[in-house]
Amino acid sequence: MHLITQKINIIHSRFVPLNIENVDTDQIIPARFLKATTREGFGKNLFRDWRFENDDEMKPKNGFVLNDNNYGGEILVAAKNFGCGSSREHAAWALQDFGFKAVVSSFFADIFKNNALNNGVLPVTVSESFLRSIFALNENESLLIDLEKQQISIPSKGLSENFDINAYKKNCLLNGYDDIDYLISIKEDIIQYEQSIV
Amino acid sequence: MGKTLFDKIWERHIVKQIDNGPAVFYIDRHFIHEVTSPQAFNGLDKRGVKVFRPQQTIATADHNVPTLNQHLPIKDLLSRQQVDALIQNCNNHGIELYGLGHPNQGIVHVIGPELGITQPGMTIVCGDSHTSTHGAFGNIAFGIGTSEVEMVLATQCLLQSKPKLMRITIDGELQKGVLSKDIVLYILSKISSSGATGHAIEFEGSAIRNLSMEARMTICNMSIEMGGRCGLIAPDETTFEYLKDKPFAPKNDEWGKALTEWEKLFSDEDAVFDKEILINAAEIPPMITYGTNPGMGIGVNENIPTAESVSETDKKGLTASLEYMGLDAGMPIKGKKIDYVFIGSCTNSRIEDLRLVADFVKGKQKAKEVEVWIVPGSKQVEKQAINEGLDVIFQASGFRLRQPGCSACLGMNEDKIPAGKYCISTSNRNFEGRQGAGARTLLASPLTAAAAAISGEVMDVRDLL
Ligand code: SF4
Repeated sequence: MHLITQKINIIHSRFVPLNIENVDTDQIIPARFLKATTREGFGKNLFRDWRFENDDEMKPKNGFVLNDNNYGGEILVAAKNFGCGSSREHAAWALQDFGFKAVVSSFFADIFKNNALNNGVLPVTVSESFLRSIFALNENESLLIDLEKQQISIPSKGLSENFDINAYKKNCLLNGYDDIDYLISIKEDIIQYEQSIV
Repeated sequence: MGKTLFDKIWERHIVKQIDNGPAVFYIDRHFIHEVTSPQAFNGLDKRGVKVFRPQQTIATADHNVPTLNQHLPIKDLLSRQQVDALIQNCNNHGIELYGLGHPNQGIVHVIGPELGITQPGMTIVCGDSHTSTHGAFGNIAFGIGTSEVEMVLATQCLLQSKPKLMRITIDGELQKGVLSKDIVLYILSKISSSGATGHAIEFEGSAIRNLSMEARMTICNMSIEMGGRCGLIAPDETTFEYLKDKPFAPKNDEWGKALTEWEKLFSDEDAVFDKEILINAAEIPPMITYGTNPGMGIGVNENIPTAESVSETDKKGLTASLEYMGLDAGMPIKGKKIDYVFIGSCTNSRIEDLRLVADFVKGKQKAKEVEVWIVPGSKQVEKQAINEGLDVIFQASGFRLRQPGCSACLGMNEDKIPAGKYCISTSNRNFEGRQGAGARTLLASPLTAAAAAISGEVMDVRDLL
């Protein structure tokens, strides 16, 4: 099997708190930036309309967390129902291209979750109370995500919580495996299935 | 224990179950469009793989196309390149393309059903979240990302975990002037835009049975707005009647055979759902949204909620939404002045929608300051509308029937709503910037939109019927 994504296991990093519910993929990347025919370069338009004043000037908007130098890191933390709306995988590409390796929320929309997993961006679902503990941290603290153990922790507070991930997907991420290679490898089964239903 | 409609279709499409993992799930029909497919084809080309079952994929150009002067080259270079890439990819891989200029071209979720490609019992996917529309025919239809588009092109399969099941039963008679769009906006206002996440939703009940196929599609279309994995409605006489004689529907003996299979597609009496919701159709008013997600809807005669009237967690969202929308908490929405009216999108751009609007505006004049865009969902709808003289009625009222495409639904092609302007729209999303950066969207039914086109403001269409 060839590797499509970076292997993921431990992510230990500071985080960017985006305490907004129902962040839809139109915000993550607006439709007018979906015209590319390759997967690269979407990071510069991540949260475009929240980040910049308008298209002509590209002046950073005050008060948006990605423009706040106090925050940074490889983990985005968002309030519930992250990634709802359009199925555009460009949202996952933009997050990855910008440098995020994981997104933490109390609730992910289905299609986004799959898209993230297929691009080596780990969606970590935590309880509402754990999410509140993260949002209460100051900007210098970090989070530790251990995929093997399926655990996310706030080291400075000695807090941790386990998260769910489908065993198959976990194995893919740990090893950098790709679903398409797997599906191609079982083509005989697929052909047999097709013959069995006619 | 009995089986649900979803179970029956699901089980038939499992190629293989991975231990402790997802199922290998077989896909009968695959639709593609220009925006979410190019990277998938690049992936195939990189792997040196050809499309596995090209006859099971159908392509169209819809998101990026202009809705005026479609015979001219697309002005925007990047849009043109994307549409050209689709043509090239379809040629390379032997995929049928209903591109610009083709009599079958249109919004992907409009053309599948109208051509009879969408049928009961199937599994259908597309790199587009509103693929849930097709579920109105009693099939499992859902949106996928581009990596998954590549999987389906390469193997006709996806890896899928079974969702939970929810049933929403809508019984009773709808009030006059209340359409299926109002039903779905009403459900959304009750269960919120994440109320069905992780679930497949079956819609049932006498109010659903009484709807036409097109009206049913509007409801399934927006099941994704509740977070649903897909929405489905058991097929019945209405479904069969609609499909009969459609170009891709089974013919002759095949029709009889198909019918026998389709008639088995319903949830058994004793089937159990993870969640059940009951709604009384008579309670549903004409609906409109005031906020920036489709769950933020109220009856046209109600007031915009105040921070006190919503839960603690919704407060912040409400304040931010109202600020973006330039609306005040506690105020009536009725009487709000409107700048644009958009009648179109895969939610409400079918011939019945256009007929309703034409019937309503006939003999009336458009409000002077309002810009109205009526965009048919497909070439077929456009042709039918012209055959029936609807374009003439629109013209007499001061509107223009444009050419088919996604248009102002998503702020990607030329049709965008300017920043700060209010648009009453029959589409499905009112997210910030959805119809163009800074645009303010109020979602409503085609009748409520038509009423605003005439009066220039939000009103209760029942007062004019
Ligand atoms: S009409 Fe709107 S929602 Fe429907 S497919 Fe086009 S962009 Fe998507």
